[in-house]
Amino acid sequence: MAGSSEERSYRHGVTASLPLSVAVFGFGISYGVLALSVGMGSLAPTVMSAATFAGSAQFAAASVLGGGGSATTAILAALMLNARYLPLGVTVAPWLEGGIWSRLLHAHLMVDESWAIASEGQGRWNPRVLLAAGAGIWVAWVLGTAIGVVSGDALGDPSTLGLDAAFPALFLALLAPQLRSQDRSTFVAGIRLGASPPAVAALLGAAIALVLTPFTPAGVPIIAAGAACLIGLRRRL
Amino acid sequence: MSTVWLVVVLTSAGTLALKAAGPVLLGGRPLPERLSGVVTLVGPALLAALVAIGTFADGQRLVLDARVLGVAAAAVAIRLRAPVLLVVVIAAAVTGGVRAVAG
Repeated sequence: MAGSSEERSYRHGVTASLPLSVAVFGFGISYGVLALSVGMGSLAPTVMSAATFAGSAQFAAASVLGGGGSATTAILAALMLNARYLPLGVTVAPWLEGGIWSRLLHAHLMVDESWAIASEGQGRWNPRVLLAAGAGIWVAWVLGTAIGVVSGDALGDPSTLGLDAAFPALFLALLAPQLRSQDRSTFVAGIRLGASPPAVAALLGAAIALVLTPFTPAGVPIIAAGAACLIGLRRRL
Repeated sequence: MSTVWLVVVLTSAGTLALKAAGPVLLGGRPLPERLSGVVTLVGPALLAALVAIGTFADGQRLVLDARVLGVAAAAVAIRLRAPVLLVVVIAAAVTGGVRAVAG
């Protein structure tokens, strides 16, 4: 028979995250291959997957370093992408029990996927589902990265393979689901635009980055594009 | 410490700080609405910038090359709900293929 409700929560976390873990595993392989191709070596990307555990930010850091950006711009770009974890962490905070180490572990294993699986609706989150789902996805991500950096060496020249185009393609795949929004229009400086706030932020961000590219060091246009989020300040008048 | 390891250590520390700020510091208090409205838009803005730079930038120059076709193919694949790994492979294959043909 089914065990205690705690056991059931852990089991639900693992089973619900399994299909995602398969996808994350493949995603990890591509991160390993791409990180290796921009000269990050093989140990650093694997350690980063275990310690940072945030896909899009890790790809962003690799992309900035590959484009000749400094460590500072790479770190800033990655952390700005992870800014969304601040509100996500706030939503799960009331449901966590235990001391600081337990809270840190839950926080570390919180990624978009485990956060979504652990959501029970009406602002409730199940911390056991979060832990189990997060752990499964973490293993898949780290293992995928390790396999990617090992197999990447065998692949050959990144430019001939078109791996440089894999970066923007990946960011586009991550961007697409974020463009969905309940709001169909956006107010910018009192003017009503017929696109959702995330879509307006995306267009503005891309425009800022392209305009700045000829004039600023690599990586800076990406960080500056973050300013587009300020349109969110006056979303509801 | 090398540049790469500096990025690994500081990005990891910063990410954990962002993830844990709510659970460890805030307890159960909510984030001010103005702040959360802004924070949720940072992702789309930065991801779009990364798409634009990755597609058109070559150092500090803006160029049109084989990457445009690769990313366009990826956009079609995303539209058809292809899994992320397939999207990435398609973009690389098309770009590499165009380069091989164009010499």
